[in-house]
Amino acid sequence: MKTTQILIAGFGGQGILFAGKFLAYKGLQEELQVSWLPSYGPEMRGGTANCNVILSDTPVGSPIVTSPDVLIAMNLPSLQKYIDTVVPGGQVYVDSALIDVKVERTDVEVFYIPATQMAKDNDIATLANMIIVGHLLQNHPELDFDGAAETVEHLVPPKKAALIELNMKALNLGKEYKN
Amino acid sequence: MAQRVLMKGNEAIAEAAIRAGCRHYFGYPITPQTEIAAYMAKKMPKIGGVFLQAESEIASINMVYGAAAAGMRVMTSSSSPGISLKSEGLSYIAGSDVPALVVNVQRGGPGLGGIQPSQSDYFQATKGGGHGDYRMIVLAPASVQEMASLTIKGFELADKYLMTSMILADGTIGQMMEPITFEDTEVKTYEKPWALTGTNGQRKHNVVNSLYLKPDELEQKNIARYERYKVVEENEAMWEEYMMEDAEYCVVAFGIASRVAKNAVVAARKEGIKVGLIRPITLWPFPKKALAKAAEQVKGFVCVELNMGQMIEDVRLYTQCKKPVSLCSRCGGMIPSPEEVLESIRKAQKGEF
Repeated sequence: MKTTQILIAGFGGQGILFAGKFLAYKGLQEELQVSWLPSYGPEMRGGTANCNVILSDTPVGSPIVTSPDVLIAMNLPSLQKYIDTVVPGGQVYVDSALIDVKVERTDVEVFYIPATQMAKDNDIATLANMIIVGHLLQNHPELDFDGAAETVEHLVPPKKAALIELNMKALNLGKEYKN
Repeated sequence: MAQRVLMKGNEAIAEAAIRAGCRHYFGYPITPQTEIAAYMAKKMPKIGGVFLQAESEIASINMVYGAAAAGMRVMTSSSSPGISLKSEGLSYIAGSDVPALVVNVQRGGPGLGGIQPSQSDYFQATKGGGHGDYRMIVLAPASVQEMASLTIKGFELADKYLMTSMILADGTIGQMMEPITFEDTEVKTYEKPWALTGTNGQRKHNVVNSLYLKPDELEQKNIARYERYKVVEENEAMWEEYMMEDAEYCVVAFGIASRVAKNAVVAARKEGIKVGLIRPITLWPFPKKALAKAAEQVKGFVCVELNMGQMIEDVRLYTQCKKPVSLCSRCGGMIPSPEEVLESIRKAQKGEF
């Protein structure tokens, strides 16, 4: 039995929920059991957003992620709030363009990716989320990177078809980034 | 097999309702169920249906009453404070013996409360929020798939027994996405010879009404209604049993609480504690038989719910207090962690209830 609990957290507007949706659809594509739970409360209205995604080869019990195997932190408050909840041996993805502290825990694997800066430099300013997701896919062979284009096509509405290519650009930047 | 798609629980309710033949939706927006109305607003005009955002909850439930009296498959949806406002209409619908589907995606209360998930409308749903002797069939989905299947079931049962079916969900299941398949199952429909469809000069006119000024007549109406309720109680209770075969302890939980509880049951089994789960799928009728049977088998119960302890009263009632029952609960929009539930199971094993 393998279950991966993912927590993605940051500001509203950073594409937190979209990144989660991408991972959930990717899981669906790989015929895994999945759940996706957004924050919809006062937190979201006040500016922070987070999203719980569970990918499993057995039916998902509680959809609420309390001890993530993977944390994606896209701002400092999110990193501070959730870093201690990550399971030992878990992975932490940090947008190091926005977070200038290092993770003190030594029992987790940390990936520092200056995603927001990379996105700006490549004229895809709103797609820092997908750069991090691209790097995550690289570390998770069970989420086959080759099928990513299909997942993006599924998520982007036909009216915004131009975004497909940009999302793929972001995913590839993340994939190729050397930590 | 039909394709698996990802859908929010709220959207699954709306899509299932349309597939069940519902062409009339009346509502008023409130978090965390607004996606139902949004989905209906988008879809209904394309299929010749009616989507109407009323001026208030009270107006929308009375529109439901009217459409139900005309024999239509009709629904409304809201969240806790909105359901309180609709409760007068729910009583009138019950008193008129017309079928309707009402969705409550619960949030924390009382009062305006909060917008986070809750199960604190259990009493209101199962014991009656409106006035008078009446019952509603109360269905408690625990997954996005069940949001859909129980919506279809709810319409069928409402038409069959001429009463309201309520989907009692919560903010988590409403907002979360899970894979779902829509099988091409046949949806049952029922003749409605009592409906107000116009006589065309061909038949005696029908009357839909809840006013009976002669006490003996009103008494007979209520007695006849309760005869029908008795049939529902005998035939329509639904529940899921999980790891109950050899269980010495039994967790009882519905909806989102049952998902958390399942994680805790799995964890407790790993510690060697023989524990199982009974998940009521219908809260009314309550799965009395399952609880009565479990009361003969286990040493004690742990009731997990997102309120101050409401279903626990029914658990005690239908186990006739034969075994101790402890409560593991959070409220106000908080959800117990699997660890908290596990701790309650460990305590039960030590005889602490």
